[in-house]
Amino acid sequence: MDEVLRVESVTKRFPGVLANDAVSFSVRHSEIHALLGENGAGKSTLVKILYGVLQPDDGTLSLEGRPFTPANPAAAREAGVGMVFQHFSLFEGMTVAENIALGLPGERPDEGFAARIRTLSEEYGLPVEPSRIIGDLSVGERQRVEIVRCLMQSPRLLIMDEPTSVLTPQEADELFVTLKGLRERGLSILYISHRLSEIRDLCQAATVMRGGKVVATCDPRTETARSLAEMMIGASLVQPVAAPSDPGPVRLSVEALDVPAEGPFGVTLDGVSLTVRAGEILGIGGVAGNGQTELMDALIGECPVAGGDILLDGASVLGQSPSQRRGMGMCFAPEERLGHAMSPGMTLTENTLISARRRAGLSSRGVLDFGAAARFAADVIGRFDVRTSGPQQTARALSGGNLQKFSIGREIAQAPMVLVAAQPTWGVDAAAAATVHRALIALAEAGSAVLVISQDLDELRSLSHRLAILSDGKLSEARPTAELSLAEIGALMGGSSLEGDLHATA
Amino acid sequence: MLRLEPRPERSRVLLWTTPLLAAGMTIVSAYLLFLIIGVDPLKALGHVIIDPFSNSFSRSELLVKAAPLALIALGLSLGFRANVWNIGAEGQFTLGAICGGATALAFYGVEGLWLFPLICLAGMLGGMAWASVPAALRTRMGVNEILVSLMMTYIAVLLLSALVSGPLRDPDGFNFPESRIFHDSAIPPILIEGTRAHIGIAIVPIVAIFLWWLTRYHEIGFSLRLLGDTPRAGRFAGFSENRAVWFCLMVSGGLAGLAGALEATGPIGQLVPGIPVGYGFTAIIVAFLGRLHPIGVVFAALALAVSYIGGESAQIAMSLPAALVGVLQGLLLFWLLIFDLFVGYRLRRVAPAKGGPRPAAETGPKVSESGGA
Amino acid sequence: MDLLAEILFTLTIASTPLVYAAIGELVVERAGVLNLGVEGMMIVGAIGGFAAAFTSGSFAAGILGGILAGATLALLFGIITQLFLANQVVTGLALTIFGLGISALIGRSFTGQSLETFPRLDIPVLSDIEFLGRVLFQQDILVYGSILLTAAVWWTMSRSRVGLIIRAVGEDHEAAHALGFAVIPIRLAVLAFGGACAGLGGAYLSLVQTPIWVEDMTAGRGWIALAIVVFAAWRPWRALLGAYLFGGFTIIQLHAQAFGVNIPPQYLSMIPYIVTILVLVALSTDAARRHLRPPACLGKTFFTAR
Repeated sequence: MDEVLRVESVTKRFPGVLANDAVSFSVRHSEIHALLGENGAGKSTLVKILYGVLQPDDGTLSLEGRPFTPANPAAAREAGVGMVFQHFSLFEGMTVAENIALGLPGERPDEGFAARIRTLSEEYGLPVEPSRIIGDLSVGERQRVEIVRCLMQSPRLLIMDEPTSVLTPQEADELFVTLKGLRERGLSILYISHRLSEIRDLCQAATVMRGGKVVATCDPRTETARSLAEMMIGASLVQPVAAPSDPGPVRLSVEALDVPAEGPFGVTLDGVSLTVRAGEILGIGGVAGNGQTELMDALIGECPVAGGDILLDGASVLGQSPSQRRGMGMCFAPEERLGHAMSPGMTLTENTLISARRRAGLSSRGVLDFGAAARFAADVIGRFDVRTSGPQQTARALSGGNLQKFSIGREIAQAPMVLVAAQPTWGVDAAAAATVHRALIALAEAGSAVLVISQDLDELRSLSHRLAILSDGKLSEARPTAELSLAEIGALMGGSSLEGDLHATA
Repeated sequence: MLRLEPRPERSRVLLWTTPLLAAGMTIVSAYLLFLIIGVDPLKALGHVIIDPFSNSFSRSELLVKAAPLALIALGLSLGFRANVWNIGAEGQFTLGAICGGATALAFYGVEGLWLFPLICLAGMLGGMAWASVPAALRTRMGVNEILVSLMMTYIAVLLLSALVSGPLRDPDGFNFPESRIFHDSAIPPILIEGTRAHIGIAIVPIVAIFLWWLTRYHEIGFSLRLLGDTPRAGRFAGFSENRAVWFCLMVSGGLAGLAGALEATGPIGQLVPGIPVGYGFTAIIVAFLGRLHPIGVVFAALALAVSYIGGESAQIAMSLPAALVGVLQGLLLFWLLIFDLFVGYRLRRVAPAKGGPRPAAETGPKVSESGGA
Repeated sequence: MDLLAEILFTLTIASTPLVYAAIGELVVERAGVLNLGVEGMMIVGAIGGFAAAFTSGSFAAGILGGILAGATLALLFGIITQLFLANQVVTGLALTIFGLGISALIGRSFTGQSLETFPRLDIPVLSDIEFLGRVLFQQDILVYGSILLTAAVWWTMSRSRVGLIIRAVGEDHEAAHALGFAVIPIRLAVLAFGGACAGLGGAYLSLVQTPIWVEDMTAGRGWIALAIVVFAAWRPWRALLGAYLFGGFTIIQLHAQAFGVNIPPQYLSMIPYIVTILVLVALSTDAARRHLRPPACLGKTFFTAR
């Protein structure tokens, strides 16, 4: 009985998407098994099926040789599958013991229970103090609580979803020691990540997914970062098309920017520096949750900055409100469309007033010109082919792609000197993505500086003249996109310094 | 099987028909309730609904009652849109009465057209001062304004009672806890001869139209709506939450204070401990009944004024307790809140799920969105 | 000495309704629901209790009547806020306005009537102790009950799984739902409990404190109960202490003049409210917020597709 989990031709369809296409692989006893793939590769759907959140349309699962068909997460836990989520489902104001008890049937957080937690945490080398309040714990400690909660139910298989994406490098090192210890005690772990170096360090087997299919199964210890990255990204690479223009003067300059982390899952920005010139598109890549939110919010002016400076055409914008920054020529298209860039309950006309009041002349001395706003909205709708019944439509009624076209179109139509766009084509169909890309390129060609923050490497490679990678709050030096190989990008994303990782394994 | 789901757009039709539906259901349920309690329902409801319109004095009294309700509710509705929950308008109203009344007493016997505006200003400043406590505590320390403004109400009511028993007591008043009766220059000019309808009533439409313009056409109104609906988009738009909190509390405090000064100098004519009779709380119903819309609020205030005058009429004619009004107001708000669900949500008939795959959105914990569909 | 014993004895009488109402609201708020209708639930409890006791001649029926009346009104609140997703602040205010009105209407046939004196339950032996016996062991059953209730709520909230789940629901209703707890039914049950407590507190006024029915006889005690919950930072024993402190201020007012204190009584009455605001401010500091902060979901509407 060597196999703990066996997945056989599991298929899951969503309207318009084949999320899992006949996925098969197996996890052996005492094995840390990596599940590797880019965003959208189908890992998340597969994990939801394993944990009973979703049911497969086709295919079978078996756990230790027995058929495994969890109808809900409780059934999955009962059968011996534990899961540590990337974003923990812990109750901030409650103690460690209370949190663990809530996840287990019939438990009360009394002294005996606390003693059991202590025993188990010592046994596995996972120090947690049952009486501490979750709100006081570091992210790494919270993750330990989640692991202990799983271990209390003596699972056969532990699923870990991007566990290091929320940890500091030191915390990640501690986690690796713990996971190796768990494996030595006979536990199997399904480890989901796109950080290649840690997979090569930790895992004995890897299943690589792309576009909903399993494209490779390998032993990561015998692979290089380059070969793993190529398996993950595939051959369907778009070569850089944006012609290196002849850049003008520096428009946007960020100097040694320090920004404190936002919320418990945030990342601290540490000395981020970059420059974007007129006529240039600078791409910032990296896995989500490595400081992108903090960088965007600092540029918009929504969060306090701890150190460093942001200069627009040589003048500092620190201390200026978002509207003042817009007045100086800087526009922003944040990642979250509804709830950040736009208000769901308001009409498209009203939504133009959020960011285009000043530059598009929709407001004079505080009095709003709804006629001008409606014309501006209609203009954006027309230019960016937004499918809607008109400017009077509420934002909530638009599909994701149309919403994105409108929200980024609203910024481009203001002809900013500098545009900062996050995930400009996230969740947008190919035609709409092409529209957005053309508009960004045209904006740059007209002499604006464009900064694109994205997780989509294809997009960044086809769009940006120079590329930098954000990893754990630090930004790599920007280099001409054409000079950067895929393996180099992969290594930077994995958080290792470029030379160290590649040369050690090549 | 029926399922509740959010509407993509709030139903505008329902938004403005729900108050009428709620009023209808209030009459039906009040009828049944009165029947159970042993009050003649037809007679009671007849007094409540018809008497306020039966003669010109009653009709003028409607305006007298509606004016303070509308003034207070106009300010409150501004804040409710922006998620600023000032429920201490009663206290701000009381402070307005105290400051307006104290000004009148300070200039007792002094003639002049300037005195009444000064009294109004004092009332507004009193209300604003009282509202500044929850405003400062929320913006500086993050203290919940609901509880603070509520506590401030009780302090205000006690303060009024202390003052009319002490420093502001009528020196020739045989130790009754009440002030002198204000002199002519300190009371609001009467609009309609032979009634109590005073100049304050004329202020209401001016304030309502101005606030309507502000909410509809000015950046300030837009910022309040945006910050209330989608706070993060409000910050993205460059609006400051703290400024919005201050603005809402100052406007609502000021208007409640003005209403208090008008009530003390107008219909009552002196300071007595019984000036606060719950207008500050009833105004919350008015604000919601009026859909937090300045013009709607004016009509809602008239509707609630009907319940007051009608209730008084039923009280006299059938010797029912004055609190009868509360039953009708409570029921009205209950029905309104119940129907309001369908402004933002709708019921959908769905096929009962039979073991088939369930849509992802409604089951289980959120698995990270970092990979997969 | 005798005077002091009498004052302390009246203190318990003044404080017990506050204990019931505050403890009930405390549990409700711990589950993440802000019911501002305590005043309304107390007053219907007062008339419900009085009417039941007067018509049946039994104090037990009176107690039950108060409990049922309060719980019924609380369930009305629960239906409107939990099932119809209405704003809790507004619904709570409506509940108070409605409760004051309906109690006055029902009570009109009981005005001027009075009940017998509520029986005292002297604890054998202990009640004979001088001074302490009078203060502590010659009380009525509802006074003892209020202390037991506080203890039971403390134990349930801090030691039992039921309390754990209630707190989890108030802390993060989304996460609690994800763990499989039925947020809305739990909140409805807790609301009914809170309403029952408030109703009992109101019934204490009309059955024990002044065994007659007077319109508006709660006189703002429901609002004080809300203040006590905040003052107590959602802890049961502190709520008991708070209720006695607030009760004490009303007693002090009555006796202040007797002791030659020359401050107008209204200023003394303000103290509890000012203290409550100061407590709110103290709770807002970062250090306190972590351990004494309100339930994170307090007053927020929970919606899930259903």
